[in-house]
Amino acid sequence: MTTTSAGPAPTIASPAPPRRRRSGGGAPYLVFLVPGALLLLVVILLPLVMNVGISFTTWTGVGTPEWTGFDNYERLFSDGAFWASFRHNVGLIVAMAILPTLAGLVVAAALFDVVGTRFGPRAAAVLRACVYLPQIVPVAVAGIIWSWMLAPRDGALNRLLEATGLASLAQDWLGDPDLALYSVMGVLVWFQLGYPVVIFVAGLQRVDPALYEAAELDGASWWRRFWHITVPQIRPEIFVVVLTCTIAALKVFGPIYVLTRGGPGGATSVPSYLSYQSFFEKTQVGYGAAIATVLTVLILLLTAGFLRLQNRAEGGERS
Amino acid sequence: MTTTSVRRGRGVSSWAVLASLVLLAVVMLLPLAVVVFNAFKTPAEYSANGPLALPQGLNLDGITEFWERVDFGQKLWNSVLISGSVAVLAVVVSVLNAYALGIGRIRGRLWVLVLFLVANTLPQEALVYPIYYLWKQLGLYDTRFGVIVVFTIIQAAFGTYLLSSVFSTFPRELLDAARIDGASKWQVLVRVVVPISAPTLAVLVVFFFIWTWNEFFLPLVLLISNDTQTVPVALGVLQGQRLMDATTTSASALLGIVPAVAFFLIFQRTLTRGITAGAVK
Repeated sequence: MTTTSAGPAPTIASPAPPRRRRSGGGAPYLVFLVPGALLLLVVILLPLVMNVGISFTTWTGVGTPEWTGFDNYERLFSDGAFWASFRHNVGLIVAMAILPTLAGLVVAAALFDVVGTRFGPRAAAVLRACVYLPQIVPVAVAGIIWSWMLAPRDGALNRLLEATGLASLAQDWLGDPDLALYSVMGVLVWFQLGYPVVIFVAGLQRVDPALYEAAELDGASWWRRFWHITVPQIRPEIFVVVLTCTIAALKVFGPIYVLTRGGPGGATSVPSYLSYQSFFEKTQVGYGAAIATVLTVLILLLTAGFLRLQNRAEGGERS
Repeated sequence: MTTTSVRRGRGVSSWAVLASLVLLAVVMLLPLAVVVFNAFKTPAEYSANGPLALPQGLNLDGITEFWERVDFGQKLWNSVLISGSVAVLAVVVSVLNAYALGIGRIRGRLWVLVLFLVANTLPQEALVYPIYYLWKQLGLYDTRFGVIVVFTIIQAAFGTYLLSSVFSTFPRELLDAARIDGASKWQVLVRVVVPISAPTLAVLVVFFFIWTWNEFFLPLVLLISNDTQTVPVALGVLQGQRLMDATTTSASALLGIVPAVAFFLIFQRTLTRGITAGAVK
């Protein structure tokens, strides 16, 4: 910490690899990592290891956990509710990652390419802000708004359908087991769309306008330009959006808690809600920990896979 | 920074595109608009005219009733205190980490970075029970400080990851010049690195504030008493009990939206400035 030497500080550890020759040695900098490392240890790593440990026990949260090995995992894999919750997660990935990415691409391209150039950047900025607004509403509040919008008797959506003469389409949106998941998916599309739009619009700023002009002179249609210029140019952003949205979809808790509490009859239950229930409602802490562990492994594998894919794609472009 | 030097015409198709985007914007805003309408209605007016009619006057009963029922001022203060502390502390921790990783380039930094990235992607479900248990033992359960500690590192994990890559491209000449002038590592950090990366740090403060403000799961578990709960938790719990009528529900949603929208408007300039500053890095 007190080294004031201008040249590289002498390294105590093994000889420095050539990469570090200008960095002045690494060891003195370790001090700066202490607060972060301590917090990481106490708040993240220790609980994570404990959670994995708990998943091999039967425990109500009080007293001593009883070691039961893989019992929780065996139970998990034969538990219909657990598999159903993962199927619901697939629906949420469609609603939070796939649909918003596809729609986001079209909206961002239209904002950038049509509205921004022909109606001015201000019009594009206002429209972008409108689409983004649901993103800044707290998830819990979004859930409150929608559970009331979708209420069966005096909900705004059913009233709107009645007012437009479509009363026959009115539904118990969140109370009908066949419909509830789709209603939740619709809410999540509304909630999520702004994120890809903003990221993609920002990415499009990078694209060389000359590419578009050349394509337009060649008589390429808007769709052709979209597929052959816009999409390839912002591929890094698309990767990031798909990854972060997929992870977010796997972790969804707030909207389920507020909209349906996993109901009706488990029709919208997701793993995160299932583990919450096991922890705090059923006091089957070991089982909840097992669900959380499986979810963690899945998310980490997915992240690693995406990052490899991304590296390979970038490497392929460079060579 | 318009795309083309030649301003193109506004054909029928571009008007059609504009119209569909305006329609989309209306659909996105409609639920929020309906909330605003109904937050200012009396329950009688609501049951007579339904949720879609415009309010006949500005009735504040629903809002004041809800405010007093949940002691909303206290909730607001809890949220501000928690989010504000986390935003500042998490940026400080991120800067310290990133200084060691991005500029100090300590040995094994890649693995440390991976660890922080993992910390950021982990589902909170995998941490919640041990934290709940440990915090009870440590007397941190149901305290705002306990939640601040948790989110400081969760947000700093992202900040470390981002800032490390920003700092790794930091102009070496500046660092070397400061060192030749006899500045210690601490002085280099405070007088050179932090001022130059201030726009990026400002963006991180804003992000961390909003993200922490909107957090639901861990605060729901860790904060159970009226004196410590945040705005989203208080609203979510009340909603779960299904005790509110439609106008009170709207009033509560409105009170939940207003601070978020206010931050968005206040911080929008910081954000746009920061994003461009980040792009230059």
